[in-house]
Amino acid sequence: MGMDFSTLRTLISRYCVGEENWVDSRTIYIGHKEPPPGTEAFIQQRFPDNRIVSSKYTFWNFIPKNMFEQFRRVANFYFLIIFLVQLIIDTPTSPVTSGLPLFFVITVTAIKQGYEDWLRHKADNAVNQCPVHVVHHGKVVRKQSRKLRVGDVVLVKEDEAFPCDLILLSSSRDDGTCFVTTASLDGESSHKTYYAVQETKAYNAEKEVDTIHATIECEQPQPDLYKFVGRINIYMTTEPVARPLGSENLLLRGATLKNTEYIYAVAIYTGMETKMALNYQSKSQKRSAVEKSMNAYLVVYLCILISKALINTALKYVWQSDPNKDEPFYNQKTEAERQRHVLIRAFTDFLAFMVLFNYIIPVSMYVTVEMQKFLGSYFIMWDDEMFDEELGERAVVNTSDLNEELGQVEYVFTDKTGTLTENNMEFIECCVDGHVYVPHAICNGQVMPGAAGMDMIDSSPGPAAREHEELFFRALCLCHTVQVKEEDTVDGIKHGIHQGKSTSFYISSSPDEVALVEGMKRLGFTYLRLKDGRMEILNREDEVEKFDLLEVLTFDSVRRRMSVIVRASTGEVYLFCKGADSSIFPRVISGKVDQVRARVEQNAVEGLRTLCVAYRSLNPEQYEEVFQQLNRAKLALQDRDKQLAEAYDLIEKDLILLGATAVEDRLQEKAADTIESLHKAGIKVWVLTGDKMETAAATCYASKLFHRNTQILELTTKRTEEQSLHDVLFELSRTVLRQHGGMTRDTFSELSGDCTDYGLIIDGATLSAVMRPGQEGSNSGNYKEKFLEICRNCSAVLCCRMAPLQKAQIVKLIKASEEHPITLAIGDGANDVSMILEAHVGIGIMGKEGRQAVRNSDYAIPKFKHLKKMLLVHGHYYYIRISELVQYFFYKNVCFIFPQFLYQFFCGFSQQPLYDTAYLTLYNISFTSLPILLYSLMEQHINMDILKKDPCLYRDIAKNSLLRWPTFIYWTILGVYDAIVMFFGAYFLFDNTTFTSNGQMFGNWTFGTLVFTVLVFTVTFKLALDTHYWTWINHFIIWGSLIFFVVFSLLWGGIIWPFLNYQRMYYVFMQMLSSGPAWLSIILLITASLLPDVVKKVIWRTLWPTTTERIQQGRNNKRYEIALAYMSSDSLLME
Amino acid sequence: MMASSYNAKEEDGHHSGASSGTGVSKNKKPDNTAFKQQRLPAWQPILTAGSVLPAFFVIGLIFIPIGIGLYVTSNNIKEFEIDYTGVSSDSPCYNCAKNFTWNTTEPCVCTVNFTLHQPFESNVFMYYGLSNFYQNHRRYVKSRDDRQLNGDLSALTDPSKECEPYRKSGDVSIAPCGAIANSLFNDTLVLYYVDSNNSISEIPLVKKGIAWWTDKHVKFRNPAGNSNLTLAFKDTAKPVNWAKPVYELDPSDPENNGFINEDFIVWMRTAALPTFRKLYRIIQKKSGATPTLPNGNYMLNITYNYPVLSFDGRKRMILSTISWMGGKNPFLGIAYITVGSICFFLGVVLLIIHHKYDNRNTSADIPS
Repeated sequence: MGMDFSTLRTLISRYCVGEENWVDSRTIYIGHKEPPPGTEAFIQQRFPDNRIVSSKYTFWNFIPKNMFEQFRRVANFYFLIIFLVQLIIDTPTSPVTSGLPLFFVITVTAIKQGYEDWLRHKADNAVNQCPVHVVHHGKVVRKQSRKLRVGDVVLVKEDEAFPCDLILLSSSRDDGTCFVTTASLDGESSHKTYYAVQETKAYNAEKEVDTIHATIECEQPQPDLYKFVGRINIYMTTEPVARPLGSENLLLRGATLKNTEYIYAVAIYTGMETKMALNYQSKSQKRSAVEKSMNAYLVVYLCILISKALINTALKYVWQSDPNKDEPFYNQKTEAERQRHVLIRAFTDFLAFMVLFNYIIPVSMYVTVEMQKFLGSYFIMWDDEMFDEELGERAVVNTSDLNEELGQVEYVFTDKTGTLTENNMEFIECCVDGHVYVPHAICNGQVMPGAAGMDMIDSSPGPAAREHEELFFRALCLCHTVQVKEEDTVDGIKHGIHQGKSTSFYISSSPDEVALVEGMKRLGFTYLRLKDGRMEILNREDEVEKFDLLEVLTFDSVRRRMSVIVRASTGEVYLFCKGADSSIFPRVISGKVDQVRARVEQNAVEGLRTLCVAYRSLNPEQYEEVFQQLNRAKLALQDRDKQLAEAYDLIEKDLILLGATAVEDRLQEKAADTIESLHKAGIKVWVLTGDKMETAAATCYASKLFHRNTQILELTTKRTEEQSLHDVLFELSRTVLRQHGGMTRDTFSELSGDCTDYGLIIDGATLSAVMRPGQEGSNSGNYKEKFLEICRNCSAVLCCRMAPLQKAQIVKLIKASEEHPITLAIGDGANDVSMILEAHVGIGIMGKEGRQAVRNSDYAIPKFKHLKKMLLVHGHYYYIRISELVQYFFYKNVCFIFPQFLYQFFCGFSQQPLYDTAYLTLYNISFTSLPILLYSLMEQHINMDILKKDPCLYRDIAKNSLLRWPTFIYWTILGVYDAIVMFFGAYFLFDNTTFTSNGQMFGNWTFGTLVFTVLVFTVTFKLALDTHYWTWINHFIIWGSLIFFVVFSLLWGGIIWPFLNYQRMYYVFMQMLSSGPAWLSIILLITASLLPDVVKKVIWRTLWPTTTERIQQGRNNKRYEIALAYMSSDSLLME
Repeated sequence: MMASSYNAKEEDGHHSGASSGTGVSKNKKPDNTAFKQQRLPAWQPILTAGSVLPAFFVIGLIFIPIGIGLYVTSNNIKEFEIDYTGVSSDSPCYNCAKNFTWNTTEPCVCTVNFTLHQPFESNVFMYYGLSNFYQNHRRYVKSRDDRQLNGDLSALTDPSKECEPYRKSGDVSIAPCGAIANSLFNDTLVLYYVDSNNSISEIPLVKKGIAWWTDKHVKFRNPAGNSNLTLAFKDTAKPVNWAKPVYELDPSDPENNGFINEDFIVWMRTAALPTFRKLYRIIQKKSGATPTLPNGNYMLNITYNYPVLSFDGRKRMILSTISWMGGKNPFLGIAYITVGSICFFLGVVLLIIHHKYDNRNTSADIPS
């Protein structure tokens, strides 16, 4: 009874949990201590334990669940249906023929998935059982990780990973901070600082921490790694104190504690609710163009299959209308068969024909394609040329489904910063009130005393300006989030503060900031450290100035600026703000705006990254107000980001402009070369950047995206202010079309560059105007069309001032245009993630702005230059390989099945199979599977050096050219022709005569075996003829599989197999081989089958050669010439 | 650390090596092996007019002589064929064919006379041929029990379901079961030579060696355990259409009875096409210079047991000599000559194309 009650209770409580899941915030009692009575009564919630379950299956549900998932795939389901039909009705082939391959495929997949799941279980267990230290009644207790519960206070020591998502309470450091690396979470190896709440940071011993009496309210878990809002209520002796909690307080599972002896923290999200676990969810599946054509072909073949079955069924009943044919005396039906209704009979006949011909859609194709993709992707990872020594990184393949799509790219959308450029910033100059300061190019890290460290271009400023100048330098020294790292082994951005002697570095997630702080150091102001909420800087007179850091208004890409509020030792409060010119100038009320603006624009044209610096001095009342505003926003539980943004907006106003900075971002190595190659390959390159137009345009010129003779079309806010968007669009399109309208769109004439190249520049604001839906009804669609038309005729497009989402919008727009081009997006930062996910192929650069792009990409490469090999070589190869794989698979199955179809006309449409069951089963599994798999892994129709040297070759495979319908029809016709040759060749050989020297006759199985032998040899030789790259492995596999076929046939017919019900193949193969004419006809039929394809290839190659073929031939000729030269020189020597 | 390795694995099933952390960067350098860098030494053939040309001529030059040889060989084979179905009223077997009933005890015999204009040298093979007979019909092909035919005792008394409706006669199982066995060809053909002075001599017909050796000795076996076939088959019934049980198929040779009867084995090898012939007897070459079958008049005596008119079939008797390449079949020779000529012709065409276009292409258009 008691047990019953307890189960009932758990059931009830479980239902309650289900309800509580809807509560959108949670309350955590630190150390499981109830809040003092009188405070708000919280609903007690149940949280999951800290068990991580990444495995999909358990021991019990593996088989049903896995089967269900596998049969959800259309192909598997189709074969299951065929198999079931074979089981149920009397079909020509035994269920084994389709059951065995299906079983094989299903089993292999199940084993693979089972193994992966077992690994996951193992990893889960390892993680779940690893020990963690929990404070329990003032003592540290070891617990298994999975037993950790929300509210537990955890002790984490240096270099340990956090077992769940924690809120930092206190650390071994007095200031309550700790350093964390999230390298394993998002790849950023820089150390980030996390903060404890002021009120709890003192409790940094196990006894003390147990006395903390507090509750935490926070949102329910959500997957965004960088967002968290919450509030901690601390019940002190008097009244509770509420403090805001943000992501700077939250330690994520998977991150590791660094440079901090130990910390105490409280668990808030556990197990599957941690942010890391929530991020496991896989990305949406992308499908390649090849896969789409493959599916289209499948539909065609399905139609062929059904029509074949229908034709045969109909003909069968026509033929059978004569009862003497239907049921001659020698071949009576059983009583049951006679009784069956004619419709049922017809239907079963139809199904039987379907079964007989079902091999035309091969099971093994899916397996082979998948294996090809999976194994083939290793070549990308193994590629030595895509390894970057500097970063120590090689290319990463996150999905192998898109290998061939790399060979189909028509549009490349690239980010600028960090992708085209190094993202390795160097401070170039600054400008204060129009006076320009340039630090000496090389300072050797020495602090130059006084003004000697800089060149002043303008005349020396007056005292007021002098004050501004110092304020400017201090602003740059203070307004940043740079940390000083005092040790040596950091993989992030390393810059010695005192190179040679000390070991301090500036670390920041933004390289611009590091460059600025470094630059300031060279100009005499050195940022020393942040200690106890005070920033220390060393001024030109080698004096340490201290500023209380009051608030940091962090950077975000919408505001495009950041601010700090500091209190100088004199007591004055300043707000320093730095940001993009467009976001600073509107907020400036005084300062030499025009001079600064002129300088900024000049710098931008030179391709420098500019930032403007402004300040505002706050009197105590103002500061109090600001403080209140910020605190209110920070304490908000809901919409905190929005409220913060509003608060920032209110605070960052009435600024006084100080000056501007310029930082150079050098182009990546070989970026220009890569872009040129992509252009030659017929790929359109678009640069999408958040940067300013002038800067971006300069980069574009430097990277050869725009040439000197490129005519630039501008579609920017500046122009649309003058004319309406409508007019500008139409004018531009007229300009473009005038050039291109006259001539036919010949790719080669575009290439030659005789005609004017157009380059388009568009900015974010104009783009959103173009894209704006619903404007005057149909007109907006018109804008999009016009815009696309202009873009299509431009060789290069630059989109600047883009928000991350706009990048994705552009990609989407191009993707959806009528030609449905294949797009590729490449970027390195978090702001590129949206376009990486949107494009057909997303490539991440392993840059300095973290790993988010890499994590969300399909492929990741260390540098932009590697894109060239990725597309031109790997993409090209994979496309060639997989297209041959697909076409060949259909071809070989047409060859395989069409003779069976023809045979029906000679066996009274009785579904008599032509081949033996073993042959039917093994044809696709073993006789013909390996050569094509190997081909699809190894084929190199052209040397990879040539592919790299001559990007034009990429055009040969553009637009899915090898999988278009004419090619497909050619292969199908070839298959039908081969089938006809094989079948009728055997037919006439068998025609009412013997072909043995002892006069004995052969039967139907010999007939089938003869056709089958010719078939296996023909399709293998056909592949051999298509192979352009014969390594020893190819020889081994191709000849090996033919030998295997012969050996198997000898064995299969050599023994009376006791487990078989029939012995129809007994000695059939040997008897066939003992006959001379059989040999002769096999040779003849193979020759005749292969002849047309060879002739077609040779004639096409000679009369209408593609670029690829011309180059192949050229290479051959050259080799021949070299050989000739060798020989002649040899002969000369001999003489 | 656990979490990190865990994380790496989760990110991607493919490469557990792409782990996080900082210490592994040195290991990430890919191996510089020829295979991994896709630079294995390879032979890179290209099918160009120039390289294919010789092959075409060679094929042409080899195939045409082979074809001529085959054609001549085929033409040298002598073959004589006579239809004895008895369709038209003037044919000798007309009555037998017309009056056919299943349950007759008196066999109908008819005689067909024919003349050989050329002598048949060496061994002559005598076939019977059937037309419009679908031995390759699926229902027919599978209607047999190979276990039973291999002497399996359990299958003897309990044949496979595939034999339906020729599986059991009443309660007794049929041996050999199935449609194929049931429809065994049972016409008896006897050949007489009528010499110039009208004396008739029977030509000795050999019935050994008409079936595959492996079939006769391995695949087909009489039920084991009893040397007396009558006893061995005692629990079985004869097939419905048969006049005699299986152990009495050849009264003249006890070794040729039961499942290993050669006529039976020949019949059991189902033909590939609806018009087929099967080896019936062999006429051994006589010693000396006399031809096996000299030219002159012959008489074919037929015991007409096998009805074919119901399904519009035809029955033939064929006499044929055999070469190394089998019976008369001009197809292979013609096909060889045709393919050989086409190759040769294509070779010429390609030669022209090669000279006209290939040089231009390779010399002019290749960027150096």
